[in-house]
Amino acid sequence: MAFLGYFLRRLSLVIPTLVGVTIITFTLTYVLPGNPAVVKAGPLVSPEVVKELERAMGLDQPAWVQYWRYISGVVHGDLGQSSSTGRPVLEDFKQRLPATLELTLASLLIALVLGIPLGVQSAVHRDTAIDHVGRIVGVAGVAMPTFWTGLLALYAFFYLLGVAPPPLGRLGAGIAPPQAISGLYVVDSLLTGNWTALGSALHQLMLPAFTLGLSVMAPIARMVRSTMLEILESDYIKAAWAAGIPRRRVIYGDALANALIPLVTILGIVFGFLMAGNAVVESVFAWPGIGNYAITSLMTKDSGPIQSFVLFVALLYVIVNFVIDIVYGLIDPRIRLE
Amino acid sequence: MTAVVEVRDLSVGFATDYGEVEAVDEVSFEVREGEVLGLVGESGSGKSVTATAILRLIRKPGRLTQGSIMLGGRDLCRLNEDELQQIRGTEIALISQTPRTALNPLLTVGQQVARMFVLHAGLTKAESRKRAIEMLALVGIPEPERRARQYAHQFSGGMCQRVMIAMALATRPRLLIADEPTTGLDVSTAARILDLLRELGRETGASILLITHDLGVVATTCHRVAVMHAGQVVEVAPVRALFRHPAHPYTRALVRSIPRVDREITMEPIPGAVPSLLNAPAGCRYADRCPWVEERCRRQKPAMTEIAPEHFVACFAVEDGRAAPV
Repeated sequence: MAFLGYFLRRLSLVIPTLVGVTIITFTLTYVLPGNPAVVKAGPLVSPEVVKELERAMGLDQPAWVQYWRYISGVVHGDLGQSSSTGRPVLEDFKQRLPATLELTLASLLIALVLGIPLGVQSAVHRDTAIDHVGRIVGVAGVAMPTFWTGLLALYAFFYLLGVAPPPLGRLGAGIAPPQAISGLYVVDSLLTGNWTALGSALHQLMLPAFTLGLSVMAPIARMVRSTMLEILESDYIKAAWAAGIPRRRVIYGDALANALIPLVTILGIVFGFLMAGNAVVESVFAWPGIGNYAITSLMTKDSGPIQSFVLFVALLYVIVNFVIDIVYGLIDPRIRLE
Repeated sequence: MTAVVEVRDLSVGFATDYGEVEAVDEVSFEVREGEVLGLVGESGSGKSVTATAILRLIRKPGRLTQGSIMLGGRDLCRLNEDELQQIRGTEIALISQTPRTALNPLLTVGQQVARMFVLHAGLTKAESRKRAIEMLALVGIPEPERRARQYAHQFSGGMCQRVMIAMALATRPRLLIADEPTTGLDVSTAARILDLLRELGRETGASILLITHDLGVVATTCHRVAVMHAGQVVEVAPVRALFRHPAHPYTRALVRSIPRVDREITMEPIPGAVPSLLNAPAGCRYADRCPWVEERCRRQKPAMTEIAPEHFVACFAVEDGRAAPV
């Protein structure tokens, strides 16, 4: 019961946050220079026609009316049109979202699978070679921007060694995508047993996922290391040693479980890193996701997709943080009782 | 009476930037079957380090420099980490001075007691759960079924210490090390915890090494006492003899420093402070604070001599009769 109350309290905080997000994205469109009516009509139209169009688009209405129209549009899935693809922004998003999700999840998986053990080992073997290597990898991961590591990775593994495929999307040339179930090629090809597609999808995913994954692995490893150091000195870990609990169990059970609490908290920030890094990595590897879409739109001054991208990322951010709060409550019994 | 654990000439050093600090210096004592041995001394006298050394949990920059710890015919100083892990929690158990923080915050209290049975007695999960609830009942936790499903933060300090005792005694260890088990508990809770320890020690046959700086606790709880000063054991005696006829100058001063309400004597603080253990002198470490100090005290370490049955003291002044018996 305590948990249900906690769940509802957290959920009640999500709605005002979402309203705030829409106000910000709306304000962005409202204060941005350039008259949408002029953009839509083109440069060769008389001022009367522009006025007419403004009325038709509701731009002569007060701000709050415009906001209301905008929000009811968003609620009904109307995110406007993209002037470069000529399609509704929502359609473009739907088509590109699985690519972004696949890349983001793969990167997160790589970051966690490498970062957590690295952090644990650095803490357990503090000030030894393992710790120093971990620190160097960590600093390098933070210091090098993803467009740079992405290019380096392409140069080394595609150009020099030839083990990576050319950076041209999610599947190799001439390979048909698997039957769409989740939209994630790796998952779908696994589910349908399409091994050709699976191999190609993993091959294509390899470099971008590592590029993005390594950039967020560093903060994860550092966080795990510092909390593990603290926890290994705690009374209950000392008590666990004294009680003859096996070493692996003390480190990867008792200590790591407690270290994961702050890690879950920073996953929200890590997620922000991932979304920001996504746009860059997607454009380096010509990955057909929403980040690439947003950057292309930015180049062509196509405002509809950009606003929607901001709104979408903010929405995702709110959802992720809500899920984190819930997970936090699930693993730490002390939180539920606040 | 046979000794359960016998510590001989145990020394523990800590490497520092300024040289090695010998926190425990050739300490010897034994804990006998069924008894409560008090290990007393000021803060920094090496009591807890000694306890940690018995569990072989001294970590860098500290190390065991010499000595032996005999337990059931085996020298703990010669065992490897796997063998030690088999002994910790089954033959030697520890309860600490920080009961609230010594329980894992993410596991229920019942899980923490139960896993002692799973890991050390090889019982099934269901059986362990049942035994855990029995243990919680045994240490006096009301509604053990319900409380077993709760977490440490839902328990008071005294109740946490009861849980620690339940964990420690779950596998019927031969030696229970209680490191200042009543620190931070209010007086009546502390008294109940000590009663419980004594009673359960008797019932389960565990000998207890009780580390404390509280002479009142020693008087009410212990059978024998070992007094530590600056890393050295200076006197070992039955509890009655220690309070009636303290022999070592430090013990005399300790006993005189107890506030009393029943007698017209003034409480006397001990002059000086625990000396720095960095490059400590070869001789008696109480020399600088001692009223009977002479030249050889600083050069030579006095050996333990038996001045009365079961009453041992390490002091030249007592040996020579310069310090008159109390």
